[in-house]
Amino acid sequence: MWKIIHKFGSPPWFFRFATKAVQWLLPLMLIALAVGCVWGLLYAPPDFRQGNSYRIIFIHVPAAVVALAGYYVMAFAGLVSLVWKIKMADVAMRAVAPVGAALTFVALVTGAIWGKPTWGAWWVWDARITSMLILLFLYVGVVALFEAYENPEVAAKACAVLSLVGTVNIPIIYKSVDWWYSLHQPASIKFTGESAIDASMLYPLLVNIGAFYLLFAVVVMMNMRATLLETHTNAAWLREAVD
Amino acid sequence: MRPDSLGFCRQLFVRHLRCGVRRVEEVFNSLVFFLMVVTLFPLGIGPDSNTLRELSPGIFWVVALLSALSVSGRLFSADFEDGSLEQLAVSGHPLGLCAMAEVLAHWVLSGLTLVVAAPVFALMLNMVPAAIPTLMLSLVLGTLCLSLLGGIGAALTVGVRRGALLLSLVMIPLTVPVLIFGTSAVGEAAIGYDPSRWIALMGAFAAMGLLLAPLAIGAGLRISLEQ
Amino acid sequence: MTRGYRALLAGIDLDIKPGELWQLTGPNGSGKTSLLRAIAGLIRVGVSGTIDRPETLLFQGHAPGIKGLLTPLENLQSHPGGLIEVESDRVREALAAVGLLRFLDTPVMRLSAGQQRRVGLARLWLSRSSLWLLDEPFTAIDRQGTTLLEDKLRSHCERGGAVVFTSHQDGKFGANLNQLELADYAAR
Repeated sequence: MWKIIHKFGSPPWFFRFATKAVQWLLPLMLIALAVGCVWGLLYAPPDFRQGNSYRIIFIHVPAAVVALAGYYVMAFAGLVSLVWKIKMADVAMRAVAPVGAALTFVALVTGAIWGKPTWGAWWVWDARITSMLILLFLYVGVVALFEAYENPEVAAKACAVLSLVGTVNIPIIYKSVDWWYSLHQPASIKFTGESAIDASMLYPLLVNIGAFYLLFAVVVMMNMRATLLETHTNAAWLREAVD
Repeated sequence: MRPDSLGFCRQLFVRHLRCGVRRVEEVFNSLVFFLMVVTLFPLGIGPDSNTLRELSPGIFWVVALLSALSVSGRLFSADFEDGSLEQLAVSGHPLGLCAMAEVLAHWVLSGLTLVVAAPVFALMLNMVPAAIPTLMLSLVLGTLCLSLLGGIGAALTVGVRRGALLLSLVMIPLTVPVLIFGTSAVGEAAIGYDPSRWIALMGAFAAMGLLLAPLAIGAGLRISLEQ
Repeated sequence: MTRGYRALLAGIDLDIKPGELWQLTGPNGSGKTSLLRAIAGLIRVGVSGTIDRPETLLFQGHAPGIKGLLTPLENLQSHPGGLIEVESDRVREALAAVGLLRFLDTPVMRLSAGQQRRVGLARLWLSRSSLWLLDEPFTAIDRQGTTLLEDKLRSHCERGGAVVFTSHQDGKFGANLNQLELADYAAR
């Protein structure tokens, strides 16, 4: 187990791994996205109450799920960086933050698009959307903190502390916002027990969630490769790997 | 940690309190700031006393949050600039604990003074008088949480240019639970319901903060000193 | 040692024994302050290798490390590097040694920059640490102060302590001084 972590911690190994992984995962991701989106947006049956406008859920929910998971990934990378002092963890954290922020933004925009026909307003301050907005603020805070420090190595440590503090706080924030306003539809996907969504809508949703996870992985790895290219420009192994 | 660390931190706490009392103007300034911002709300919303009464818990807490934000920025900056923070870091005393001495002294000077002045501001906002004791209790816990969170934010941003704005960006999302617990407590009390659930939640948040903040603040200060 | 992904120094193997006086020399930007701070433990990011340091040490950075609103007496009495209650007699002695006894009860912010640095240096007379790390201790000090400081550093080493300092000036330490030229260790 430690050997695996150490391998990931080595920039040359990771660079080669990421290059190959992206080559394989990118087409897979595109296929999954295509399948999920086409199925959901075109072929899944219309909803009993919301008609066709609910279809944006196939983009909104995956984006929201991966955005929240992404914050935990970022915080975990920060923890690894602080405790075990592995530099690649810093690179991982830097790579995840903007991706997570972008996904949160997508979730918010698609949430608004969903809201307009469903509740009649472009923005409704319900629990889920508000929590998503605060998640966006948390992401923006991490990105801003990183940019504020001159020394990127030190910046990464600061962001690690911040994302850990955020992680501890996220359940509290979500719960408190929930209590504050419970208007949003209750979570309709439960992996243990019955779903409240019909199977014909659930499957494309799950496909898209998987696709978004792949998207996340691909973009993060691409980001990490880019960072490694920037910071190790003169390293011999890098020139070899690129040629 | 040195054997005399706890005693040293206690001394530090007293020293910060004494310094703060010597600069009473600062305490007054933050209260006046509070007063001015409270005044902005009727000017912006309109003087209708019913509207103000309904909105008063929310207004109060938002202003308390903004006030805590503006004050937290100066928490460690003086020590950072004159080199005292370095000396603390090198001394062998646990940095997080020393910083907590400063944060708690700061809380006594800014947060608890707000609690004392709260009834005046509450009445200006036409808050239901029955809710005022709840307001004060929730403020005691809430200002503690805000000071702790402000300490974490300040520790991470003390060495950075334009740190004040960054501090706000970093701190505001984290303070949302405090806002929600506080306004809910006062809101419930204002309509005659029992606010104890919210007070308990606020207390739990404060307790967690007291345990975890020293770690985060210590880590943040060490990181800021690396530059 | 790296600063912001840029390698600064490499291959330093330094063993500071009791009684040794070390000076870090090198052009601006070669990492003297960074190295000193790394030895003090203030910089840990980007430092690879091990640093063994004694339990307590005295560090004096660019900033004097004293609070402007307090008097020199109050500053030195409650300094974190010292014991909790440093007897005021010892503080008076220390301030007398640096020539600031008459400013005992003046808030530090009313003193000149050079005098403020001297208050910081008064710590040297109160310290019980064996290792002293001083960053540019001779800045903003007049000639009399310089001689005073040099004597103090010498006597500390003679009593078994050790000093590492950075300075642009060449002090009169003669053969007892060990120098570490950082340009020799610059990483490419």
